[in-house]
Formats: sequence, C-alpha cells, structure tokens
Amino acid sequence: MSKVIELHKVSFSYGLVPVLQNIDFSVEQGEFLGIVGPNAGGKSTMLKLILGLIKPQTGTVTVLGKKPAQQRTQIGYVPQYPGFARDFPITVEQAVLLGRLGAGRQLGRYNAADYAAVQQALAELEAQDLAQRPISALSGGQLQRILLARALVSDPKILILDEPTANIDMRIESDIFDHLRELNKRLTILVVSHDIAFISDYVSRVACLNRTLVCHTTDTIDGHLIQHLYGEPIRRVAHVH
Amino acid sequence: MTEFLSALVSQPFLQISLLAGLLASLGCGVIGTFVVVKRITFLAGGIAHSVLAGMGAAVYFGFDPLLGALIAAIVSALLIGWIRLNWKTQEDTLIGAIWAMGMAVGLLFIAQTPGYTSSLTSYLFGNILLVPEQDVWFMGILDLVLLLIVGLFYRQFLAVIFDEEFARLRGVPVSFFYLLLLCLIAVTVVLLIHVVGLILVIALLTLPAAIAGHYVHSLGWMMLIATVLGSSFTIGGLAISYSPDLPAGPTIILLAGSAYVISAIFSHYRLKRRARQSLSVSS
Repeated sequence: MSKVIELHKVSFSYGLVPVLQNIDFSVEQGEFLGIVGPNAGGKSTMLKLILGLIKPQTGTVTVLGKKPAQQRTQIGYVPQYPGFARDFPITVEQAVLLGRLGAGRQLGRYNAADYAAVQQALAELEAQDLAQRPISALSGGQLQRILLARALVSDPKILILDEPTANIDMRIESDIFDHLRELNKRLTILVVSHDIAFISDYVSRVACLNRTLVCHTTDTIDGHLIQHLYGEPIRRVAHVH
Repeated sequence: MTEFLSALVSQPFLQISLLAGLLASLGCGVIGTFVVVKRITFLAGGIAHSVLAGMGAAVYFGFDPLLGALIAAIVSALLIGWIRLNWKTQEDTLIGAIWAMGMAVGLLFIAQTPGYTSSLTSYLFGNILLVPEQDVWFMGILDLVLLLIVGLFYRQFLAVIFDEEFARLRGVPVSFFYLLLLCLIAVTVVLLIHVVGLILVIALLTLPAAIAGHYVHSLGWMMLIATVLGSSFTIGGLAISYSPDLPAGPTIILLAGSAYVISAIFSHYRLKRRARQSLSVSS
C-alpha cells in the first residue's frame, strides 16, 4: 500500500485563531477514512488544505507525491453545501458535465467521451432519469447524488466528501454510503462527518480532529473515545441501521 | 408607426440606427444572461457609469469618445474585478466609489471642454438616431470579439458563473475568466451607449435576460430569447418614439421595464398556481 495523502507537521490559522496545530496524518491507497470531530474542530479546513484551496503556514501537504494544487484533477470533491444557487438555469446533465473540465479538451464543446462519462456516472448512482431535469427540480437527496456524480465524472483517484449527508434524511444517508462503499473498491475515500456512530459502520479507519489530531486509529469507537474527543461526556443516541 | 416604416425605407440614417440597435441587442442578450444569473448587476452598473470618465477625457483630448469609453470600461472592469477578488470585505462601498468617481471625472473633463456640453445628454441617455456609420462597424467588430470569446470558452464561463470553488478545483483559472467576463461586460456597455446611454445601460443589459429567465432553464435559450427581446424593445422603442419625436433611449427602457414588470407578475402567479395544482394532485 502506498500513501496517497500526507500531512507533515501542518499548522494553519485564520488570522489569530489557530485552527489546526501540528498535524501528522496520512491516507493509504484504497482506504475509506472518516474524519470526525466537533464543529470548528478544523475538519473542513483540513479538506481545503488537501484540495490546495489554502496553504498551511507551516508544514507540508502532499497528494499523490506532489503539491495539492497540481493534483486537483485527480481528486473528486463533494462539498457540504452546493456552491451554486438552487434556481440556476441548468440541467443535471450540463451541471455534471462541468466535472469534466480539466479532464477532456478545454476549448469549444464537449465531445462524445464527456457525454459518455456523464451517462456512466449517473447510471452508477441510479440517477440516469434525472439527466434532463433542471437542478431546481431536484430533492435534497437527488441533488446529493448529482454532486457525487459531478465529482466522479472526471474519473478521480481520490474522492473527498464534506458532510455529504448533513442535509438529507437517514434513509438516503445510508443509501449514499452504500454507494460509497461500492466506490471504495476502486477509489480512496475521505469523508468528513459529525456522525461518528453512523460512519463507523462503513469506514475502515477514523481520524478525530479537534484542532490537533486527537486520535488516528483503527480501534473500535467507544464512548470513552468520544468523550476524549469532545471534552465532555455526551449521551449516545442509539442508531439502528 | 406607418411614418416610421416609410422613413425606415427612405432614410439611410434610420437604417443605421436600426442596425446599431440589433448589434447592441446581440451583446446584451449574451452577456446580459451572464450578468443576471451571476447576479452582478451592481458590478455591471459600476462599470457602465465609470465609462463617463473615458468619454469625457476623449472629448477633452479630442479623440473618439467610443474608444475612450472602451478604454475606461476595460480599466474599470479590471479595477472592480480586482476589488472583488482581493478586497471582498469592502466590495460594495468600493464599487460605489468607482461608480461615482468615474462619473465625476467625466463631468469635470466635459465642463472644461468648450462647446461640448450638448453631447453630455447623449452619452448619459443615448441617441440612437445619431449613430455615425463608422461606429456601427466598430460595434460589429465588438460583437464578433464577444461571440468568439464566449464561443471558445463557454464551458469555462459557465463553470465560473455556476460554482467558482468547484471550477477552481477542476483546474479552471477562475480569476482570469472572472476578469475576462467583466471585460466582456465592459465591451457590452460600450455597445449599448449609443442606444440607451450609460445611465440606462444597466436596464437593457439585464431586463431582457431576466424576462427570459422567467421561462427557460438553460443559459443558451436565455441568451437567444434575451437577444430577440432586446431587439424587439430597441426597434419597438425606436418606432414608438419616432413620430412624436420623443427621445428613443428612455422609450426603449420604459418598454423593456414594463415588459419585465408584467412578466414578473405573470410568472409569480403562474408559480403560485402550479404550487397549488401540485398540492391538489397529491392530496
């Protein structure tokens, strides 16, 4: 197994507030890694560092052996909130096609390979019938699948998801994670979640983040660990899947 | 109306006006769609108004006002774009300042130029009946540049307008295309100056695309419909204003504005009715 993502002594702060301190962290090829931690614990910031959207003040971030900004096309990214207006006049197919930018040719129109890749990505997520719908007509769960399709359509090596199921109901949540489990057969997956109990059924390893890397483990997640991470005892809600 | 039609056949200057109106509509249909869906009307307004600085300077130093307008529009587009990309906290105040300072500079230049005060109203409110033939050629070239750039980089523009962060992650040079988009808006503003003047530009730039947006769900259709609507408003306004000798610019804007208000009300109630229907079907 080889390391696809490596963070070495990484620290980052917005202004005077340190968000991440001295993080040493790596992801092996083929892993399905969950990143958990309290709000404002630095989860999204860590993703932005890996995506190369921000640079650490100290330390180095390496993705597939290079700087993150050079490897962006190798990463598929699903944001927590869509970065577009829900009433934007665009069809699902056209929105997913934008994920092909940086993969195919750059000038002029899309080619047959681009359209084929979109069909395949939509089919994989059982969303072919949505192709010609305007995105304004999608439900929350449908939109989440489309964001996933847009991330997959460039055939990335790594898939990064930021709270992919924060805004949808439980049934669709497990549906999305079933898809991710399937995708993990060919992709390295990094998923941020606040729901430690839920993702523990799916991920192969968990990293807990609260400004520093509290744990980085394959151990079973128990109440003791959660208490350590969040700093106070919290009542666990029983999840039945 | 018949007087307008017979004049159109017999008077070459009116044919030139009509051609200028159609060329301007093409620009406002394509770029206006980008402005509307990206919601940067305020930015476009800032670019449009600060153009007066360039026109005033052109009048003062004795070169072509339309060329002065183009230079000023590009400079202010780049300046506003730079502010937007690097200085986001004060964005609206700074754009407002550029908006007003551009006009102030233009007014000072014009005030210092003897005998040119009469041209001021036509810069501010347009004078489509007095478009020089050479300017129509200039407008035609601007349209070609506009269509060529949008045609070549349509996907990049769409990506930047749709979702900037995602576009950046796909390796699209977002800042470059954002600035290029603002430059295209600058070019469109210059196209529209003869037709409605720089104060009224913002209405003709956005209203046709906004009306189109009430009914279609793709940028391509919005551009096409906005171009057709823009042409109709321009020709219609010209025809209505011709016999009573009204200024064409304000007539065109009032026509576009009324159409927008009617369409907005209509689509609002249509949406409500559809929402009701969908409820009665499901219950």
